[in-house]
Amino acid sequence: MSNAAAPARPGAILKSNLWTSNPIFMQVLGICSALAVTNLLVNTFIMAVGVVFTTAMSNLTVSLLKKMIPRKVRMIVQTLVIAFYVIIVDIVLRAYLPDVSRALGPYVGLIITNCIIMGRAEAFAQSNPPIISFWDGMTSGAGYMGVLMVIAFFRELFGFGTLFGFRVMPGWFPDWTIMVMPPSAFFFLGLIIWIGKNIMNREAA
Amino acid sequence: MAPDIGYFSLFLASILTSNILLANFLGMCSFISISKDINSSNGLGMAVTLVLTITAGVNWAILQLLQSLGIVYLRFIVFIIVIAAVVQMLEMIIDRISPRLYMSLGIFLPLITVNCAILGVSLFMEIRNYSFLQSIVYGFGSGLGWWLAIMALAAIRKKTEKAPIPAGLQGAGITMITIGFMAMAFIGFSGMLQVQ
Repeated sequence: MSNAAAPARPGAILKSNLWTSNPIFMQVLGICSALAVTNLLVNTFIMAVGVVFTTAMSNLTVSLLKKMIPRKVRMIVQTLVIAFYVIIVDIVLRAYLPDVSRALGPYVGLIITNCIIMGRAEAFAQSNPPIISFWDGMTSGAGYMGVLMVIAFFRELFGFGTLFGFRVMPGWFPDWTIMVMPPSAFFFLGLIIWIGKNIMNREAA
Repeated sequence: MAPDIGYFSLFLASILTSNILLANFLGMCSFISISKDINSSNGLGMAVTLVLTITAGVNWAILQLLQSLGIVYLRFIVFIIVIAAVVQMLEMIIDRISPRLYMSLGIFLPLITVNCAILGVSLFMEIRNYSFLQSIVYGFGSGLGWWLAIMALAAIRKKTEKAPIPAGLQGAGITMITIGFMAMAFIGFSGMLQVQ
């Protein structure tokens, strides 16, 4: 959590969102969609771009509107703002990338319930000016994207022997089917959390 | 066209092999944070099952309305509002009917609006073109599957509370790996039953 009392500097926000309070491996937020789409790099990348766009824009909008929203209904207003941007992402994907849209299936719509977006709107945009909120949203999205791409890299490499659809593993390499199935996503996320925390503990020591 | 699948196999598949949590990764956030405690897990599981069954039916009807008006692209917003409204209504009804049930179940209801499993079931129902009855069976089965999974995880976490786990792996890390093993066990039977 970036704490509201500290002065919000762009560099500090970048470091905190990408690393020290990375939404996925430090706060374990928003992993619902993180795990489902990570068996192919291309899908993961597009999904993550959608999340970056939604987080940044909804943070900006919530920050612009914060004076006008009564405190009592702010949750539902935030949800509607987020849903609005997710609909844009969905329509754009359907029009320009129909194959990816079909592969992602319901997970595009599920960006709405991604806790990262709601969390940033509530914890940051609600109490900060628009531009810096936009930046905070973008870097949070980027932190999410980074972890997703790492998971997807290994899952696609071992599961299909390809990267971005191009075959890179030698012919004798047997594809590990388990890698493209759900359980491996849990194992990988567990490992990433482990590695991330270990490095962080060493830094702290 | 509604897919050709028997109600009973749809029901079993949504509980076990296509478990909404372990095969589709939906509802993870509350799954991880609540599963520290068995009693809360039980309450939340019950609430999720109830809300899933009702919202699957209501959203099915709403979807037909949106389709006949040609504004299906609004479904994300409409589904979310319907879910929030159903949850709010349930909370009031339960509070009125049984204060005791409210104490055990009502406090979890507000959490559920942002549970991805609820919206996920509605979206799957749309993509797979389920009929009204199929939607309800799928919603109910998914709820039971979620309940089963969170109870199992809560029990496992209780057992491993005192286990010597490496420092970096404690908490979220080891939980993810536990869930991975659970997922392997649940999905292991997917050759026998499939839901599409």
